[in-house]
Amino acid sequence: MTATSDAPLLTLDDLRVDFHTPTGIVNAVRGLSFTLGRERLGIVGESGSGKSMTGRAILDLIPHPGVVSARRMEFRGKDLTAMDKASRRKLRGRHISMVMQDPKFSLNPVQTVGDQIAEAYRVHHKASAREAKERSLAMLEAVQIREPGRVYDLYPHEVSGGMGQRVMIAMMLIAEPEILIADEPTSALDVTVQLQVLKILDDLVTSRGMGLIFISHDLHLVRSFCDRVIVMYGGKALETLPAGALDKAQHPYTRGLLGCLPDLDHPREKLATLTRDPAWLA
Amino acid sequence: MTTQHAISVEKLNVSFGDSHVVKDLSFAVAPGESYGIVGESGSGKSTVLRVLAGLNRDWSGEVDILGKRQPKLRDKAFYRAAQMVFQDPYGSLHPKKTVDDTLAEPLAIHGVRDAEAKISRAMQDVGLPTSFRFRYPHQLSGGQRQRVAIARALVLEPTILLLDEPTSALDVSIQAEVLNLLQALRHERKLTYILVSHDLAVVGHMCERLLVMQFGRGVEEMTAATLAARAPQTAYAQQLLTASEGFRRAG
Repeated sequence: MTATSDAPLLTLDDLRVDFHTPTGIVNAVRGLSFTLGRERLGIVGESGSGKSMTGRAILDLIPHPGVVSARRMEFRGKDLTAMDKASRRKLRGRHISMVMQDPKFSLNPVQTVGDQIAEAYRVHHKASAREAKERSLAMLEAVQIREPGRVYDLYPHEVSGGMGQRVMIAMMLIAEPEILIADEPTSALDVTVQLQVLKILDDLVTSRGMGLIFISHDLHLVRSFCDRVIVMYGGKALETLPAGALDKAQHPYTRGLLGCLPDLDHPREKLATLTRDPAWLA
Repeated sequence: MTTQHAISVEKLNVSFGDSHVVKDLSFAVAPGESYGIVGESGSGKSTVLRVLAGLNRDWSGEVDILGKRQPKLRDKAFYRAAQMVFQDPYGSLHPKKTVDDTLAEPLAIHGVRDAEAKISRAMQDVGLPTSFRFRYPHQLSGGQRQRVAIARALVLEPTILLLDEPTSALDVSIQAEVLNLLQALRHERKLTYILVSHDLAVVGHMCERLLVMQFGRGVEEMTAATLAARAPQTAYAQQLLTASEGFRRAG
């Protein structure tokens, strides 16, 4: 919890995501509870841990055979479970938004990046085309794109991965949402570019007082970037702890995950491997 | 002099059309050594590996492998001596072939007898239960698939393994298992590795020496000890090392 958070932006209690398949029910998320304030909350886990499904459930983006249920799911005191699809859609992008992993697949390939940002603005705000363009150019500048005027007219295939991800962040932040969900926002990027993108994300989130949910598989990154970390495994939160205290994690899974990373400072002949205990999912 | 090296590359140049992706690269790897190549995307590290594996024929320079000057088009004997493991086990295994088919193919190509025993042994070596032998890739997890890919490379008993980001598509817990397996196999069979990766910690763990590449050039060659001491000579290598340590909030 950070000092700046008064009332939580988001409250989740017993969130469940179930996929009803012909061969049975797959429980992607099983009873996850957390609150989000104006802070950087990390969700880490391996593939299949339900971390991305959690982000999608908050946005009402779970695809067809999936069913979301929760005892409580509130955004600033408003009950999300009682809302219809149309109201959820109004929230999406305007108040809660999401940055996806790969700019190559998430941007529209046949529209210039500038028009896509302007469109994102006009969907949520009454504005003339000119005003939307001006705002988009300002936003491109805010994500530290050097020549916004030139980049505005480029198509997604003409920009680099790092630039594409900045365009995505610009598009998601232009409506000024209160919550940003970033699902592996830098995994497709090189390390040096990754740090630039994180810096931009960090500055914008801090200066606008947003709540950030940062979904990642990279423990090192989450440890250095977030305030608080939820460790997920098999759809459950095994442990929630301050990012700085990740080294002192209690749960054997968290300790196992940290232990199996190769470390330049502590070279070992053999890396530790993880023994999974079925009791973790009980 | 070249006979002392398992692999030696002199003034390697590779161009795709107008873009010159590998520029005057030279390095040598001793037998039994594990050599890392690191760099960001577009640095040419994978291209170098593909030239060594004979998958890219548009290059100039000198490549010696096991004391033999290598032509653009490799002979069969070469592929018995050097094999490659690719990055993505989801893409590098044929979806309609069972583990058995996958492992039998290189043996059939090279006319190796006693395929039956060789396949069992390869599966055992990489820690796959024999019950997996007639499974298809979609019935295997990512880590198991990468084990199949490693078994396919090992079934011909090569002395050189070319590893292109062998664990970057895997979860960290699975990565640890695959890296341990590669280490154990190397010690057991005195294999020579070239490991391409963007992860400095993985390279530091697996390799004795490494080469940092940028824009197609070798920027700096160093030992794993230099890497662990964070003492590279060049600014770029230092920058890469700092970036890989994670996010640092200014002020």
